[in-house]
Amino acid sequence: MIKTFNLTKKYQSGETEIMALNNVSLELQDGEFLAITGRSGSGKSTLLYQLGLLDRPTSGEIFLDSRDVLKMSEADRTHFRLSELGYVFQDYAILPSLNALENVILPLLMMGFSKKEANEKAIFALERVGLKDRMNNYPSQLSGGQQQRVAIARALGHEPKIIFADEPTANLDNETSKMVLDVFLNLHKEGQTIVMVTHEKDFAALTDRVIELSDGKIVKDIKIKK
Amino acid sequence: MIESSALNLKTRSNLWRAVRIGFFLAVRDIKKANKWATALIIAVMILTFLNLIVVSGILVGLIEGAINQNKERYSSDIIISTLPNKRYIDDSANIVKTIKSVPEVLNFTTRYTEKGVIQANYKNRTRLTDLVDSAGGLVAGIDPVIENEVTGLSKYIVEGEYLGPNDTDQIMIGADLLYKYSPIDSPGFQTLKNVEVGSKVRLLAGSSTREVTVKGILKSKVGEIDQRVYMIDTEFRSIIGRINFNVNEIAIKLKSGADVNAVVSEIKSLGVDKNAKIQTYEEAQPKFLSDIKVTFSILGDLIGSIGLAVACITIFIIIFVNAITRRRYIGILKGIGIDALAIEVSYIFQSVFYALCGMIVGSVVVFAFLQPYITVHPINFPFSDGILVATPLGTFTRALILFIATMVAGYIPARIVVKQNTLDAILGR
Ligand SMILES: Nc1ncnc2c1ncn2[C@@H]1O[C@H](COP(=O)(O)OP(=O)(O)OP(=O)(O)O)[C@@H](O)[C@H]1O
Ligand SMILES: [Mg+2]
Repeated sequence: MIKTFNLTKKYQSGETEIMALNNVSLELQDGEFLAITGRSGSGKSTLLYQLGLLDRPTSGEIFLDSRDVLKMSEADRTHFRLSELGYVFQDYAILPSLNALENVILPLLMMGFSKKEANEKAIFALERVGLKDRMNNYPSQLSGGQQQRVAIARALGHEPKIIFADEPTANLDNETSKMVLDVFLNLHKEGQTIVMVTHEKDFAALTDRVIELSDGKIVKDIKIKK
Repeated sequence: MIESSALNLKTRSNLWRAVRIGFFLAVRDIKKANKWATALIIAVMILTFLNLIVVSGILVGLIEGAINQNKERYSSDIIISTLPNKRYIDDSANIVKTIKSVPEVLNFTTRYTEKGVIQANYKNRTRLTDLVDSAGGLVAGIDPVIENEVTGLSKYIVEGEYLGPNDTDQIMIGADLLYKYSPIDSPGFQTLKNVEVGSKVRLLAGSSTREVTVKGILKSKVGEIDQRVYMIDTEFRSIIGRINFNVNEIAIKLKSGADVNAVVSEIKSLGVDKNAKIQTYEEAQPKFLSDIKVTFSILGDLIGSIGLAVACITIFIIIFVNAITRRRYIGILKGIGIDALAIEVSYIFQSVFYALCGMIVGSVVVFAFLQPYITVHPINFPFSDGILVATPLGTFTRALILFIATMVAGYIPARIVVKQNTLDAILGR
């Protein structure tokens, strides 16, 4: 599903050059749940943005679903993100002016689904994250955990090939974090490919595979046996 | 060929999707927006629209009012007057006969005019060397009944009464000749200081002098009326010694719907222009009116443009602030694959919403309230009863300009913010 070769991202910071990613080569199978861990500043987010087509690497290659995504035009990348990928950010990032259902519907409408289809898919997605009964609530009327679950519903409404999540539980208390993580684990059980950045060793242990980054390099790659 | 048309179809459906999503977002943004802020923005748009319509409408209406008055109260639809260098219209009887034969003519009034002087304090002047309280003007001899039918002159009596058919030793005097109404006292132009209704005054016209009583005072805001003295025509003819029936002015009122220019050329073709000057009400307007009309409409547009610019800047700032505070959300929308165009369109819809609200409310205010009200209660300008001129076409054009201007003013800031790097926006850097 994901393949990278010698992925490198350099940042110029005044005189010094920062290697946020240093020749990262990685392969991820369809249906895998990957946890990216590492100290702060190790390059976790940077890797996620490259894989999620939100940024372009300095050098290297990325294949998503066997497609060379670095050769795509910006418009094609946008369309690829819309139809094939899903995103969950640390601070939920759902629109305050839309209620839960509308937040989930939005990308579906953009994909060209009819109002009816989009509505059905969105309700189904909210059902999967256990928020069907709160679908008419606005973000301001939802707790952090509920908002994050709306964000997950938005990310999975169109059945993306991969869901990317950057520290999705960092803003939540332990119990709520567990609930959000359970949503990911359930999705994974149903075959969803997921890439998640996390600080929590306990959460990482619940996934299929954990890689640890240090100074932009993969220093550990552990397959977890269950 | 096939490829390009397929591409065309694709971009068309993308555009449609962008509009659909843009509308979806805009409706919800407006719904969720602060009601007071929305009301305030719409108020700005209403005022801008009114500024565009009303300022030039009143400036033009002020002149239009003066033009209408000149027509209604003095010249009527067509005015026939004395040729230059002539004392009166030769062969008036024949011209009157000709006018009567024209089927479009509804009514007409004839006037005898001659320069005259009114003296007030001739009785109680103590010394011969004292200055005479006097004023000069054109004296018109009219048939008060017919004159009133054609021009409604009696409506403009502000003091005293209108002349009756037998008021042979009485006059009506225009307000411009009285110091009370026209406080001018220059060596070149004198007004009467001690004259009011009931005063006995001396009228000097032709070679005669006659003592008459002031029966009424006329104030119509039309110079040709307010600078005149009116009396019964038969009496006036005897004063000035006009033994024939040749008159100086004929004001003709046409049946409604008649084509003024056509009637003028018809009358001319009947040979009337040999002995008289024939003018439509438009030609007979004081020249300064048509000049000011152009100046005022330019001035109105200028003031309107300033208002338009202010509205554009307002919209620009509102959309810019709105978009910049939601920069992160815009980044996330782009991140999850929402078309930049869709986000831009949502801001265009928002500004269009403000503009449309302003224009609709503004139009209702203008056409349902202001215009009818001002028509009934004209604005009291010194030389005109100003109306509000707002034509549907003129209003539509201005509305269209405002509409397009606000669209652009909403699009540009949205574009500036949306164009920013997606990841930078998401991370807030
Ligand atoms: N735009 C940038 N300009 C310069 N340096 C950057 C930029 N973005 C990231 N970096 C640097 O790249 C390195 C990796 O950053 P990254 O955000 O990927 O870390 P991270 O592992 O996600 O850390 P955290 O756990 O704190 O989120 C850091 O040293 C960071 O300072
Ligand atoms: Mg990070």
